[in-house]
Parts: sequence; C-alpha cells; structure tokens
Amino acid sequence: MSTTYRTCPRSGLQFEAQAERLMLVNAVAAVVFLLVGGILAVGVVLTRWPAVHWLSADAFYMVLTAHGIDMLIFWIIFFEMAVLYFCSSTLLRCRIATPRMAWLGFALMLIGAVTNNVAVFRGSSSVMMTSYVPMMAEPAFYLGLILFAVGALIGCFVFLGTLVVAKREKTYQGSIPLVTFGAVTATIIAVFTITSGAIILIPTFLMSVGVINQVDPLVYRTIWWAFGHSSQQINVAAHISIWYAIAAICFGAKPMSERVSRGAFLLYILFLQLASAHHLLADPGMSTEWKVVNTSYFMYFAVLASMIHGLTIPGAIEVAQREKGYTKGLFEWLRKAPWGNPVFSGMFISLIGFGFLGGISGVMMGTEQLNMLIHNTIYVPGHFHATVVVGTTLSFMALTYFLIPVLFKREMINPGLAKLQPYMFGLSMYFFCLVMMGAGTLGVSRRHWDMAMGGSPLAYEFPGAAYLMMGLVGIAGIAAILGGAIYIYITVGSLLWGKKLDAGVQTTQTIPLPKTPMPNVVVQSHGSAGFAAPGTFALAMVFLISFVLYYFINWKYLSQVWGLS
Amino acid sequence: MSAILPPAERLWWKHPLDRVEGTWIVIAFIWCMIMFAMMVGWHIYGKQNLSTETYKTTPELFSKKAQDVVDKYTVRKETDKEIPVVHPPPGSDVYLVARLWDWWPIIELEKDKTYKLHLTSMDFNHGFSLQPVNINIQVVPGYEHVVKVTPNQSGTFSIVCNEFCGIGHANMAGRIYVK
Ligand code: HEM
Ligand SMILES: [Cu+2]
Ligand SMILES: [Cu+2]
Repeated sequence: MSTTYRTCPRSGLQFEAQAERLMLVNAVAAVVFLLVGGILAVGVVLTRWPAVHWLSADAFYMVLTAHGIDMLIFWIIFFEMAVLYFCSSTLLRCRIATPRMAWLGFALMLIGAVTNNVAVFRGSSSVMMTSYVPMMAEPAFYLGLILFAVGALIGCFVFLGTLVVAKREKTYQGSIPLVTFGAVTATIIAVFTITSGAIILIPTFLMSVGVINQVDPLVYRTIWWAFGHSSQQINVAAHISIWYAIAAICFGAKPMSERVSRGAFLLYILFLQLASAHHLLADPGMSTEWKVVNTSYFMYFAVLASMIHGLTIPGAIEVAQREKGYTKGLFEWLRKAPWGNPVFSGMFISLIGFGFLGGISGVMMGTEQLNMLIHNTIYVPGHFHATVVVGTTLSFMALTYFLIPVLFKREMINPGLAKLQPYMFGLSMYFFCLVMMGAGTLGVSRRHWDMAMGGSPLAYEFPGAAYLMMGLVGIAGIAAILGGAIYIYITVGSLLWGKKLDAGVQTTQTIPLPKTPMPNVVVQSHGSAGFAAPGTFALAMVFLISFVLYYFINWKYLSQVWGLS
Repeated sequence: MSAILPPAERLWWKHPLDRVEGTWIVIAFIWCMIMFAMMVGWHIYGKQNLSTETYKTTPELFSKKAQDVVDKYTVRKETDKEIPVVHPPPGSDVYLVARLWDWWPIIELEKDKTYKLHLTSMDFNHGFSLQPVNINIQVVPGYEHVVKVTPNQSGTFSIVCNEFCGIGHANMAGRIYVK
C-alpha cells in the first residue's frame, strides 16, 4: 500500500500518514471522554461535599458509574492507543501494519464506548464500573464493554504487527528504544488483561440476556480484578514510558542504564498479573498464602520495579542537566529545570505525586492485614486518583502539550494558561487525594451517597473531622476540575483555532533511523562521591523515609484494633 | 542516545550499572523483603489477621441458623422496627445477616471475649465496615465467612455498608454493643 511520510520540522520526528490520522482520532476521542468524565466529576464531587449534597441518590450512582467508566476505561485507553501508534510507527519510522484493521479497532472501541454510555444514562445500569454480580445492568452495558475490549485488542495486535514491519523493513538498527520497550510491556499486559475481561464479561452478558442463570459472585470478583487491576498496570507501563520519553525530549536525557530500566519493565511483565489479589484481601474464600504471595506481587518485585523507575527517570534528567553544567550543590539541576514548560512540569508533578501519594498508599493498602483498615473506604479512590489521575492522566496531559505543535501541527493557544495548568490540576489533585485518604482513615465509605445515612436509627455519626475532610474533598475536587477544563480548552482550542504550522517535508519512502552513535564520554563524568545523580539519590532517601514511617504507623494503628483471627 | 532512540550498544543488557542505581536497587530490595516479612510475621505474632474460614451457603440455610441464635439469645428489642438484640455466650457462633438494606440482628458482645462471627449476604455484595474501629470486610453472597473477633473496647459500634448495593445503600446500618 502506498503512503506518505512527513518529517516534523520542530521535532525531527517522522509521521506516517495513516498512523498520524489514527493517533489524531484516538487522541481526540480520548479528550472527548475526558470532557464527559470531567463534567460527571462535578456531580460526583458536589454530592460528596456534605454541605452541598447536590444530586439525588439514583442520579449520583448513575453519574458515578459513568464517571468511573468514561475516565478509567475510555479516556485512558483511547489515549493509550495513540501512544502505542506513536511508540511504534513514529519512533521506529515505519508504516503502520494493517491500517484497515486499526481503523476497525477504533470503530469498535467507539461504538462500544457509546453503547455503554447510552446504557448507563438510561438509568438502569447503575452498577458501578465493577458491576459485581448478581447485581445486573442492561445487556447493552456489557456488550459495549466487550466491543470496546475487542477493539482495543485489535489495536494491540496492530502495534505488535508494526514492530514486526519495522524489524523486517529495517527502519532502525539494533534494539528498539526504551520507550517502545515500555510500550511493548504495556501491550503484553493489555493482551492478558483484555482476555481476563472477556472471560468474565461474556458470561455476565449472557446472564443479563438470560442464557446463563448464574455467575458465581466470588469467581466474578477474582477474574474481574485480574482485568480491573492489571489494566492499571498498562497505565503504569504507559505513563512511565511517557516519563522516559519526556525526559528524552526536554533534556535529551538518556537512560542511566538501559539494562536497569528494561529489567524493571521485565519485572512488570513477570509479576504484575498477580495484582488481582489485593482487591480480594478482605474477601472470604481465598487462602492466606494465596493472598500474601499475590498481593505482594511475589515478594514485592513489581514494587521494586516501580521504585527503580522512580529513581532512574529523575536520575537521567539529573545526569543530562549536570552535563549541561548545572552542577552546583545537590539540586541546581532541578532548580534550573524548565518549570515554565508544561511538558516538563506536568511530567515531574506527575512523577512525584505518583510515587509519594499513589505508591506509598498503594503498598500500604496492598498489605494483607493493613487492607482491612481501608477496604472500600474513600481512602481507595484517594489512592487511585493519585495513581491514575496524577500519574497517568497528568502525564498524558504533559505529552499532549508536546504533541500539539508536533502531531496536530498547530501553535498552542494561550501558552500562559498552559504554563499554569499542570500546577493547578496536579497540586489540587495532590490535596484532593490527601483529604480523601484522611476521610477514609476516619471510616468514610466510598460510593456512598449520604454520610448521615438518611437518618437511619442505627446510623453511625461520623466525627466532625470526617465532615471537614469531605468538605475539603469538594473544594479541592472543584479546583482540579477547573484545571482539567483548562487542559481541554487548550487542546481543543489549539486544534480548532491554533495557527497552522508547517507540516514539514513529505516523502513517499521512510527515512530509516540512522545508527545511534556511541557516546564518547564516560558514564560518570559528573556528580559526587562516585554518584552520577546525588540529588536524585537524596530525593529517593526522602521517599524511602516517608514510606517506612507511614508503613509502620499503620501497623501501629492496626495493633490497637479488635482482635481478629 | 536517548530513551526514544535505539540504544547505541547493541547488547543493552551489558550496559553498566551506575553506582546510584546499584545502591538504590539494594536498598529497595531490602525494603521489599522487610515488607514481605512483616505480612508473614504478623500471622505468627500479630493479633489482627483475617480468617479465611469460608463455606458455601444459601440464603435459606443461613437465615435458619441466624434465626436459631436469635430465638435462643434475644435479650431485648430495639427501635420501632423491633430489631432483636442477641447476647450470645462468649465463644459461641454469632450470625450476622446482610441484606437490602440492613444488618440483622443487633449483636451484644462482651469485652475481651472471642466470638465466631458468621457473615454472608442474602442478595448482592455488601461491605461490613465497623465504625469507629474502621475494620472493613467484604460480604459476598453465597459464601459464609467465619471471622473470630475479640472486641478490646466497650461501647456502641456501628456497622456501615461500604459496598454499593443499590439505592438504599447509604442507609444500610447495623449495630454491635460491647459490654
Ligand atoms: C478531575 C477531577 C476529578 C474529580 C474531582 C474526581 C472525583 C471523584 C470522586 C470524589 C470519586 C469518589 C466517589 C465515591 O466513591 O463516592 C471518584 C471516583 C472515581 N474516579 Fe474520579 N475524579 C476526577 C477525575 C478522575 C479521572 C481523571 C479518573 C481516571 C482517569 C477518575 C477515575 C475515577 C474512578 C475509576 C472512580 C471510581 C468509581 C467507582 O467507585 O466505581 N477520576 N472521582
Ligand atoms: Cu449493603
Ligand atoms: Cu451497600
């Protein structure tokens, strides 16, 4: 098939015409779902803010179901498809394999997402994104998710096929770049994940149309979470790849050691699939051994991997900055970083928040016994807004600011506002997550319409501090939503009204990547005490100390509650 | 060479490790092993471990057992719904029914005594959230979960439902007294 390639004059990246269009439509679909999810977030937050308590119970549960699905599944996975095509076709400078199949995948995803949303908004599918049986939604709810999953699976295979094309047509030499390697990790996990999803959603769909009469509730939970949690690992692999990419784009940073970074991605592939367990720690049925081994990803090897990435990415930036001469003290490299560039600031705010808020709370929650202290409290959404919003969503936003001129070929409208956006969104999200965790520690439930429990005679009277925390959740949530709105305004606005930029030189043949030259400097030419990145190491120690303290405070608290055996 | 370009060395797995990375990997690895040991060790030395004793059950079977205990040990009734308050002897089996949308019956326990609390749901998933202690256990229909509990404080405790279970979810409350 004939196609064309253009070389972007601003970034030097080469885009193939089909791949470029696919990236564009996937990214646009993603942003549309972010917009819908964001509007729904207003309803969620203003209802959970006790002083406002806006929506009625049935509207709240419907809106919450839609918010969870539109954000977690549709926004994120559409965007990830764009990232996959970018990491294969663009980074490897090759044509996309089977573009027709890729379009079919996109169409299925779109039809599925719309079908599911229609089912939810008709009002009789308010079952939350987890849709635990035997509570049933309309058949169209499951059908939509299944179509979406099939579409996403096709996208994964197109990505893998594109890697084969690149290899066969020799568009690059040696191994694939680290960022592409991370995308491969994400894809492998995605294939596993989507298969689990199909295994459980297909029988549930059949049950909803009356072909099967029962799906076991515990089996459902076990397999659903093999899909539900592992898909979060796709996000982690994807946004970590984006962090590496942004470090490379903004600083020319190279991985400190390819071996370490790739090894850490391999650990993800090996151990992430076990994650389903940490959603079942408070469940009946599973043995203690099963829970302990699985929740710790077989002795915390996946946590180890994340701790490694958390060091090597800022480490790579530090090394690159020190080579440019920012060598004073421990932190000159960080102070002199381009904080006014939303691509960088978004990425860095994402990294710090993901590690400190999402990472530490996640490991605490995933500890078998400690889980009992927070299971199903609002601590849980507090944790995952730190991972999936601060981590994934904010990195996608940062990447978008890079893509507006490069992929969309538009000048960004209102760069002043864009400069502010990562701070406004990221920092209010930090606070939002913290106060949700605080409220969860005081026992406030998630997915709960009314803290006062409708005046039920046996109602629990939550302490004033819990009400205060939930009020702060409301305020911080609204600030975050405004931050999100600015992102959508800038992205959509640039696409519609931004000044058109030069598309660059068109060719009919790809220009293969030249061989990467060997670095001629020794690896450790800067730094101190034999450490190439002493500042990063200091930050890592601060992280470790916070982690250890927080972890043991929770054990101390656990030791004081009722005996359980 | 950068993360978005192929590595310069063909054999990337021979790429040397920087000392920062090496040191951090060792520290992180040790920390991971400590966390793993904590979980295992708490099963040996700790006093808060969730039991995994589980049986398959049906609403009829479980209601009957719960009703037997209520018939035997009811000491009084509370609220205008006349909810029985059961005070079973220490060490005995106590049944708590989760259903749309209440926890039944009210239970009265003695401090520092151990009971076998049986939990199940008659319909959808529910969440047993004991407040203000903040112990949270998933309640799954079809499965009877037997948890040994030893209250270490006296007072009035509430059970909030913290798994979404339909329109009345937010009003689903129960109570445990500890004397
Ligand atoms: C922009 C600001 C956002 C705000 C203020 C917000 C607010 C909230 C709140 C308060 C809840 C908890 C409600 C409850 O359990 O009672 C919630 C749930 C949730 N949010 Fe968000 N959210 C935002 C963005 C996002 C984004 C970007 C994502 C995903 C990428 C996301 C994914 C979810 C999910 C998956 C749930 C769980 C739904 C469930 O329990 O089924 N949210 N959100
Ligand atoms: Cu309930
Ligand atoms: Cu409930």
